Amino acid sequence: MLIKIPEPSLILLIGPSGAGKSTFAHKHFKPTEILSSDFCRGLVSDDETDQAATKDAFEVLHFIAAKRLAAGKLTVIDATNVQVEARKPLIALAREYHYLTVAIVFNMPTKLCQERNEARPDRNFKPHVIRQQSQQLRRSLRNLKREGFRNFLYVTSTPETVESARVERQPLWVNRPDEHGPFDIIGDIHGCFDELIELLKALGYEISTQLDGETVVEPPQGRKAIFVGDFVDRGPKVPEVLRLVRQMQKTNAALCVPGNHDVKLVRALRGRNVKPTHGLAESLAQLEKESTEFKTQIAEFLDSLVSHYVLDNGNLVVAHAGMKAELQGRASGRVREFALYGETTGETDEFGLPIRGNWADEYRGTATVVYGHTPVAEPQWINRTLNIDTGCVFGGKLTALRYPEKELVSVPAHQTYYQPIKPLLDKADERSSAKTHQYSDVLNIDDVLGKRVINTRLHHNVTIREENTINALEVMSRFAVNPKWLIYLPPTMSPTETTKIPGLLEHPTEAFTYYRKQGVSKVIWEEKHMGSRAVVIVCREPETAKKRFGIAGDTLGICYTRTGRRFFEDTAIETELLKQVKETIDKANYWEILNTDWICLDCELMPWSVKAQELLRQQYAPVGTSASVALEEAATALETAAERGVEVGVILNDYRQRAAAVTEYIKAYQQYCWRVQSITDLKLAPFHLLATEGTVYFDKNHLWHMETLSKLCQNSDNNLLFATSYGVVDVTDDTSQTEAIRQWEELTEQGAEGTVVKSLDFIVQGKRGLIQPAVKCRGREYLRIIYGPEYTLSQNLDRLRSRGLSHKRSLALREFALGVEALERFVHREPLSHVHECVFGILSLESEAVDPRL
Amino acid sequence: MLLKISTTYAPATDLGYLLHKHPERMQSFALTFGKAHVFYPEAHAEKCTAALLLDVDSVALVRRPHGRSAENFALAQYVSDRPYVASSFLSVAIARVFSSALSGKCKDRPQLAETAIPLKAELSILPCRGGEKLLRRLFEPLGYTVAAAQYMLDPQFPDWGQSRYFTVTLENTCRLSELLTHLYILIPVLDDEKHYWVGDAEIEKLSRHGEDWLTEHPEQESIVRRYLKHQRHLTHDALARLREEDAQETDETVQVEEAQVEERMHLNEIRLATVTAALKQSGAKRVLDLGCGEGKLIRKLLTEKQFEEIVGIDVSHRALKIAQERLHYDRLPEKQKKRIHLFQGSLGYRDKRLAGYDAAAVVEVIEHLDLPRLATFERVLFEFACPQTVVLTTPNIEYNVKFENLQAQNLRHKDHRFEWTRDEFQSWAIEVTERFGYTVVFHPIGPEAENVGSPTQMAIFTLEDSGRQIT
Repeated sequence: MLIKIPEPSLILLIGPSGAGKSTFAHKHFKPTEILSSDFCRGLVSDDETDQAATKDAFEVLHFIAAKRLAAGKLTVIDATNVQVEARKPLIALAREYHYLTVAIVFNMPTKLCQERNEARPDRNFKPHVIRQQSQQLRRSLRNLKREGFRNFLYVTSTPETVESARVERQPLWVNRPDEHGPFDIIGDIHGCFDELIELLKALGYEISTQLDGETVVEPPQGRKAIFVGDFVDRGPKVPEVLRLVRQMQKTNAALCVPGNHDVKLVRALRGRNVKPTHGLAESLAQLEKESTEFKTQIAEFLDSLVSHYVLDNGNLVVAHAGMKAELQGRASGRVREFALYGETTGETDEFGLPIRGNWADEYRGTATVVYGHTPVAEPQWINRTLNIDTGCVFGGKLTALRYPEKELVSVPAHQTYYQPIKPLLDKADERSSAKTHQYSDVLNIDDVLGKRVINTRLHHNVTIREENTINALEVMSRFAVNPKWLIYLPPTMSPTETTKIPGLLEHPTEAFTYYRKQGVSKVIWEEKHMGSRAVVIVCREPETAKKRFGIAGDTLGICYTRTGRRFFEDTAIETELLKQVKETIDKANYWEILNTDWICLDCELMPWSVKAQELLRQQYAPVGTSASVALEEAATALETAAERGVEVGVILNDYRQRAAAVTEYIKAYQQYCWRVQSITDLKLAPFHLLATEGTVYFDKNHLWHMETLSKLCQNSDNNLLFATSYGVVDVTDDTSQTEAIRQWEELTEQGAEGTVVKSLDFIVQGKRGLIQPAVKCRGREYLRIIYGPEYTLSQNLDRLRSRGLSHKRSLALREFALGVEALERFVHREPLSHVHECVFGILSLESEAVDPRL
Repeated sequence: MLLKISTTYAPATDLGYLLHKHPERMQSFALTFGKAHVFYPEAHAEKCTAALLLDVDSVALVRRPHGRSAENFALAQYVSDRPYVASSFLSVAIARVFSSALSGKCKDRPQLAETAIPLKAELSILPCRGGEKLLRRLFEPLGYTVAAAQYMLDPQFPDWGQSRYFTVTLENTCRLSELLTHLYILIPVLDDEKHYWVGDAEIEKLSRHGEDWLTEHPEQESIVRRYLKHQRHLTHDALARLREEDAQETDETVQVEEAQVEERMHLNEIRLATVTAALKQSGAKRVLDLGCGEGKLIRKLLTEKQFEEIVGIDVSHRALKIAQERLHYDRLPEKQKKRIHLFQGSLGYRDKRLAGYDAAAVVEVIEHLDLPRLATFERVLFEFACPQTVVLTTPNIEYNVKFENLQAQNLRHKDHRFEWTRDEFQSWAIEVTERFGYTVVFHPIGPEAENVGSPTQMAIFTLEDSGRQIT
């Protein structure tokens, strides 16, 4: 016997105890696919045969089954299932999750079952129990089909048939994981044959007419068309369209899903009583001239179409009216309804048209869903869904989406073939186009709050703890800029391991050693400026900010801090800064060179005192003042005492040293401060070119970044943009390292904060995964600001050396991975919520407790 | 930090007996947080000066295991003035090093310990939160002649202004134990910080050292308050780490700020009463308090039987915790408890938990949102949460001229992103009604003044009955 099983499905094994169900299940299914009532009895009572535990056991069984069905897993129920009451909840469960149900019946002789039971030491059923079960089974047999096993009912009645049975799994019609495309997905045609031909040509399909008048379409190498349905009604050439798409499907040049109009036409052709409205009359009139044979073929063709397709390993879903995540790849009447009509609320609007639910707005699935059904002026991505019905028959255009390229190709309608009941959205009317976009621009709190697991391309899953999202929500809501601007937040950076060199905590040697150990031979050092981190997004014109970022108003971009706040409270300064950066990009001609109309830069903005004014006034300056006065006066008092002969020992000398350290400390912070009265007092040092339209630059090495940006800085007329010094080091070569160390010493002596040492490649996956993209190596004097004025005194330094870096480094990696992910998602036009979750994650991680001096 | 104590009592060197420290030797004492040294820069019959020099170990200050050190990471000031200034550390040192002098005992000169002698104390340096004014108000009533020199934050950056540090000289004719006691209590009061946990023991200390003089002191109240508070250290959490760019101000001080501005009229009381009345009037049974803060409105609503369910939402988790405490949530009877729900939420995000309520109160909230993000708030509230009634209040900027404590051009609160005139508010509200299908009426809250209106303005929005209802 051949048992065909659709995958996924819910399979009920039906038969009395001892009929051989478990043996069969274990022979043909994975252990995890089998849910056995005995096992569940054991779970709740420690005894697989404890009949008193039956009720609890089945609750557990149903619970697990529901979880598996929700996850789309094939599930086998290994229980007697002989009573209709036992089957009913399972069938209901299958309905709820849009599963097909399969029954495999073990109608074995009662005697055989009894013997088998007796042979098992752990079973002590009385013979009458088995007899009763057998009777119940036989009574059930008649009704099984009606109960819900219409298509998949297999009955065995001898041990031999069970023994020889083969189980064959078949994916559901809708599942085509192995079809990877590339595809050209084409919107609602509605009889617009001429436009269809033009579009196919534009997509590179070869179209020829054979002698018999049949049109033959040859797709470009490897490509395939997918039609989202609604071939018929309203338009001028319905039969031509039908002939073509059917032909294309037959020759494997296309896949088709049905539309609601197509389904209605079939019903009309089959003589059902349907109202010839919404353009059906036109279709029928046109088909009037066709042969009966053609009409039969067409009806069969349209009838054979499956509701939707799940393609490309589950990454692409095509359906006429869209498909919710939980219905994708499933089969039921509801799924088909949804595919044809979308989500309707059952209400109608002022034009008498059904009000559609906003499933796309709530869509959180991972698959891209492409659909049609509701005409829109312009296709708009909403949460990885795209409606490509651009109302050709209503005088709009016929649109195709190239997949995986995600490019749109369209041809305009030759004319308005049919007057829409509701005015088609006016292209010029921005409000209406904003309306199709509207849902995706309000973020949902469920997308950020609670424990989050974010899948990143660089560093697997990054987990955000709930306690940290709590803090991030407040900061994001109260202080951050509009989330639409927040496409990136910079990661934290770890310092080098602590050096053993006397008098120092950090030194480049440790940085070089780190990368050498990771198998990286070329690194780059860049001067670390002492300012404040700034992310700058500049648009070519305000229109770009509006279109690409969805920011209303007349703005050229934004400058925000590492926690997502607007850098300048004074908008005039920000506006001027953005204008000057834009002019620099104009002058460098980078818009053309990078083929973009916006640029996102990672920068340091100086002086430190612009952003750290409060910190300086409340912490740094007070410590300097109090320390210098206090130590000075103490030294004086000690001197006076010493002068009159009191033995003060080493203390006086200690105090002189401490006073000197404080003087150095004051010098250290003062050099990072200067008065800012206008933009001419600011310096902006970009060091990463993060992203432009459609592109991130993580595949370019840091030398490219530094060269590209230093060229840009040369075009800065008013010296706002400031090039950073850098050098490439071969960490396997002593001379090269010595030279780099000399430069570090020189820089830090001149007052630089220090350097950042990075692997030359932006992203390096080492033996044990992602390695630190950068480590900082701060100068001796600068660290007074971090570790306190007197940290260099040997009694202090020795204790400070014991510092643990592992948490900081792990944090740096997770934040880096999220930052890259956020930008990747943004440039690939993923929905706002997907970008936001990464940025929100970085902000959450930033609230993890870690030694802030690192 | 350095404390010098001099006397011109003859013979001045008797100070050595009083302090129980030999004038010709330097003595060092180990303390838990570092070391104290006592020595005499001058010691002759006419004048004798003892110096108490305190070495606070700056590294250990940070590294000391605290138990709650993880939470205090952000707060711990690695670059800290603590090792250099007179603070509670100095009080502890006085009690340790000069314990007998502090308690007025002197084995060798018991008489002298009981005698008022000319004394001078010099502190380098003393942080005074409250400035020279407070310094004088604290010491002058006790008979001291006060001299104080203040330091600039950084002479290179004069625009940063003055620091809170002074070199202070206090002169008085009194018993040494009195001087030490005054310093012992008043140094931490001026510094307004304590390096250790403030608990019941502090109340005992205060009454022991202050019984003679504190009861009569005109600043008694502020001395006690400052000496005992600062439990707020505990309440700081990870948030502080993220908000480093903010002024290091606590919410408390900020609130005090706004309350002071609006003080005289108990405006907040009037506002809450008016909002409560409006909610009652609407007939609402299930209400949202959006931006409930520490739960003042919730407490008021709770007294009204009409409200069957009261949901407080705030973006600050900390505020919610305080609200929960203030409501005595854990001790409420079951029935009352069931009426209240508190959870964290943000008006910048669509939130299905907010849907389906009769009314929402949005009291003094919108002015804390950046103007460009108001559009999101509008949709979150009026489109998605969509309650039948919305009662919303916000300051009326026109009225600000009436506040004496408010400088011109300033908004009432540092965190206000905007304040609106009546016109601005009303045209915004009307625009909202047009977009989301509401109607609106406006009411003033607080005393109305000519030409400028009332201090607070309120709008009551009502959902139009248009069948637009979401199914």
